[in-house]
Amino acid sequence: MENIWKDITEETLLNEVQVLRADKYRLVQQCARKTEEGNYELLYSFGKGYDAEHLKFQVAPGQSVQSISHIFPPAFLYENEIHDLFGIEIKDITLDFRGGLYRTAVKAPFA
Amino acid sequence: MSNRSVVPFGPQHPVLPEPIHLDLVLEDEVVVDAIPSIGFVHRGLEKLVEVKDFNEMAYVAERICGICSYGHGFGYCDAVEHIMNIEIPPRAQYLRTILFEMSRLHSHMLWFGLLADGFGFESLFMDAWRIREKLLDMLEEATGGRVIFSINKIGGMRRDIPKEMLKSFRQRLEDLTEDLKVTVRTLLEDPAVKSRLSGVGVLTADEVETLGAAGPFLRGSGIRRDSRKLGYLAYDDIDFDIITHNDGDTYARTYVRAMEILQSVDIIKQAIEKTPAGEVDVPVKGFPNGEYMTRIEQPRGEACYYVKANGKKFLERMRVRTPTFANIPALTASLRGSELADIPILILAIDPCISCTER
Repeated sequence: MENIWKDITEETLLNEVQVLRADKYRLVQQCARKTEEGNYELLYSFGKGYDAEHLKFQVAPGQSVQSISHIFPPAFLYENEIHDLFGIEIKDITLDFRGGLYRTAVKAPFA
Repeated sequence: MSNRSVVPFGPQHPVLPEPIHLDLVLEDEVVVDAIPSIGFVHRGLEKLVEVKDFNEMAYVAERICGICSYGHGFGYCDAVEHIMNIEIPPRAQYLRTILFEMSRLHSHMLWFGLLADGFGFESLFMDAWRIREKLLDMLEEATGGRVIFSINKIGGMRRDIPKEMLKSFRQRLEDLTEDLKVTVRTLLEDPAVKSRLSGVGVLTADEVETLGAAGPFLRGSGIRRDSRKLGYLAYDDIDFDIITHNDGDTYARTYVRAMEILQSVDIIKQAIEKTPAGEVDVPVKGFPNGEYMTRIEQPRGEACYYVKANGKKFLERMRVRTPTFANIPALTASLRGSELADIPILILAIDPCISCTER
């Protein structure tokens, strides 16, 4: 079982994801965390059989990220979650709840 | 010309013990699209890493769900143990395996009863939950709890399970086996059940993979993947095959989950036989530093536990990807083309756990 962690940039995200899709990977999860420097680190995990590949990249507050939901359809749920919890804008989500996935008392509570 | 309408399903519905909402787009009686909506009771438990230290978070993780609680506690501990390079003793590996399978058993029996109840098959519902009570009794004897067990900790287990108790569990499971076989056979061979479930909600192997489905939902479409084969705990030493079905319909998903009930009994019996003597925990020194993602097979499918630590008492991030969350896109796809009357059973058949989803 391989478990690969790879640092990428937001600019190369779509290329990296398209390569994984072509290589028959599936989407496992997407999440975010706030770094000590105040940026956001996004972690996207993909699987093929029992192998896993994790892509990590950072974005600055206010910077938007391109959706991968047109490449991996289930991404729409994870991306809406990241938006609702962290306030990170994700562009062109195939099914965009526009902040309505989670009914939180506080806007972007994890930001 | 067909008549198009939108029917709201949930968040309150007789088959849903927890809130999820679907906007069902119908043409006459046939679903042509389904838009999911969750987040009615999102708790933000992951944010508690800011105020609960890495040891206390094991108990928070367990509280993600009252059914999959054991797996959540274990999954979190396993991830932290990896970044701290902690190897728990062999006895603890086996005891964790036994309890994990007991947890799978009681979870599957809960689903079994709910599905039977959804059919109006009340005697089968009561049979399933009667058996489940006996499983919960065993879990209570071993851990002190029936819902939240709090037996896992970073570094192993908080208490041992005595040899005599394990022997008694083995005998009691042996006694339950015939009952379980009859109950499973009743569900799988009942003509009404077969006719309701066969040929509905069909997804191909390619579709479930693309849509990111997990667990029996995935294996019901013929994909041979079960995270227990990753070899964590004692699963590498246990002889078990991955249960699959190739039809990809709701009956296939039901078949996989029902057969896993009998498989779990067998796994527990094997694990009890092989459990070595020894300690059940190791001392834990220092604070975690690093990141790791543990993947385990929860009753509803693969769950992922990501932890990121920076050498301090509090983790930077704990993130749990639960199987029901992963199954939502495939669930909505499986509803397309089905009759409105079939929707409750289609949803029940994937055993949705909204508490996990709303962690």
